[in-house]
Amino acid sequence: MTLGVTVNGARYERAVEPRLLLSDFLRHELGLTGTHVGCEHGVCGACTVLLDGEAVRSCLMFAIQADEHEITTVEGLAPSSGDTLHPLQAAFREAHGLQCGFCTPGVLMTLVPFLRDHPDPDERAIREALSGNLCRCTGYQNIVVAVRHACDAHSTPDR
Amino acid sequence: MKPAAFEYFAPATVDQALALLAAHGGEAKPLAGGQSLIPAMNFRLARPRALVDLNRIAELSYIRSAKGGTTIGAMTRQRAVEQSDVVTRGAPLLAEAMPAIAHPQIRNRGTIGGSLAHADPSAELPAVMLALDAAFRARSVTGERTIPASEFFKGMLETALAPDELLVEIGLRPMPDRSGTAFLEVARRHGDYALVGIAVVVTLDGQGRCKAARIALLSVGDGPVLAVEAGKTLTGQVPSAEMVRAAADAAATRDVDPPSDIHASAAYRRRLVAVLTRRALGRAFERAGATQRGRS
Ligand SMILES: Cc1cc2nc3c(=O)[nH]c(=O)nc-3n(C[C@H](O)[C@H](O)[C@H](O)COP(=O)(O)OP(=O)(O)OC[C@H]3O[C@@H](n4cnc5c(N)ncnc54)[C@H](O)[C@@H]3O)c2cc1C
Repeated sequence: MTLGVTVNGARYERAVEPRLLLSDFLRHELGLTGTHVGCEHGVCGACTVLLDGEAVRSCLMFAIQADEHEITTVEGLAPSSGDTLHPLQAAFREAHGLQCGFCTPGVLMTLVPFLRDHPDPDERAIREALSGNLCRCTGYQNIVVAVRHACDAHSTPDR
Repeated sequence: MKPAAFEYFAPATVDQALALLAAHGGEAKPLAGGQSLIPAMNFRLARPRALVDLNRIAELSYIRSAKGGTTIGAMTRQRAVEQSDVVTRGAPLLAEAMPAIAHPQIRNRGTIGGSLAHADPSAELPAVMLALDAAFRARSVTGERTIPASEFFKGMLETALAPDELLVEIGLRPMPDRSGTAFLEVARRHGDYALVGIAVVVTLDGQGRCKAARIALLSVGDGPVLAVEAGKTLTGQVPSAEMVRAAADAAATRDVDPPSDIHASAAYRRRLVAVLTRRALGRAFERAGATQRGRS
């Protein structure tokens, strides 16, 4: 079947088998290996991407279901020109919000819509927002710090 | 861990979907949010010959309020139900339960109809619907019927739906005056399936006596369990701490026979039933009283 989808602003058309998962389509067909595959049953959150701006598990969707929709992956966060990072990515780097980095793309893609809807969350809200993403390094402490860091950086005009 | 091959259809109308299901005679499965079906396919626990994807059927996604109550289309996303003012006003019990289902990323795809058709005994929505005495509208090529929640859930992952039948709408009647509701659950982590959960609807009469109490428990059996004995102890009584404790006791000892599994022993589940019933009833009666005061 033919799939027409916009990923990180670029339009792609590909012939796909219906059983191809969106996560595998992104990684194998488009080479966007920033989307990680962990558990393939929706628990770990590593494969989280944005579907029309909202966070979803790419392992729990068939690629063909994204037909005529818009997908954003972690590769789409930073501006494509130059080497600046997305403010959230910058905050993760500064606050040491990652260890091995496997869960990081999913964590970032979960947090982008969360921070859009809740620009100034307290720690409890941040932890709840992260409850659908597993970090096997158990580095949650600094992930939470990084999120607060991103909020503060955002609200301070001279940064 | 990849799904077996299947034929894929993405109809645009309910009629087309029903025709496809009928044509495949039980070999095709409807695909709603995919948050339960796709994990099962990824592990090849499910290998349907064909999938009838309901996601392009716009007519199945709506939340409406009318004199007769609130109606919700089966393909309405759980996230949309959670964020709906109509639901908050018309079915506060449902609104209270929504955030307990999984995580936002799952609720962005998962649908209200999918959760009910899946009928997981640990799921929140079947118990909520049983407490609310909801009516489910189902359609097939041969016609349409309405199934009360009390006849819909048949056991572990089993419902009254035929293989070629679609759940199309959930109907919730308006809350009677002097009613109060409450939802509570205990899970190991926010978003996990609950060890025990409870949904309660109580209604008081003009004298402040309990006219009706519908108490539904989840994760204590093969499906949602209506705590009939607990309800009986309350009917006709003026709610008090003692009455609530007696009802909680009846729920834990007479209404449920909970399973033991790796997450919790039967004895612990019973204990949770007693505690949660007491807390939920307390909260629901308080809210019913608050409604009463607000009106007089
Ligand atoms: C990590 C994770 C955690 C979760 N935690 C919870 C939780 O805590 N509580 C909870 O309740 N759920 C939980 N879920 C399940 C989630 O709520 C699912 O979305 C829901 O159970 C199924 O809804 P769906 O729309 O995704 O249906 P699908 O997965 O698409 O379908 C489920 C089943 O129902 C059938 N079906 C779907 N729609 C219809 C219809 N209209 N008519 C007839 N048959 C239909 C399908 O054929 C399939 O057999 C969790 C899921 C995941 C992945």
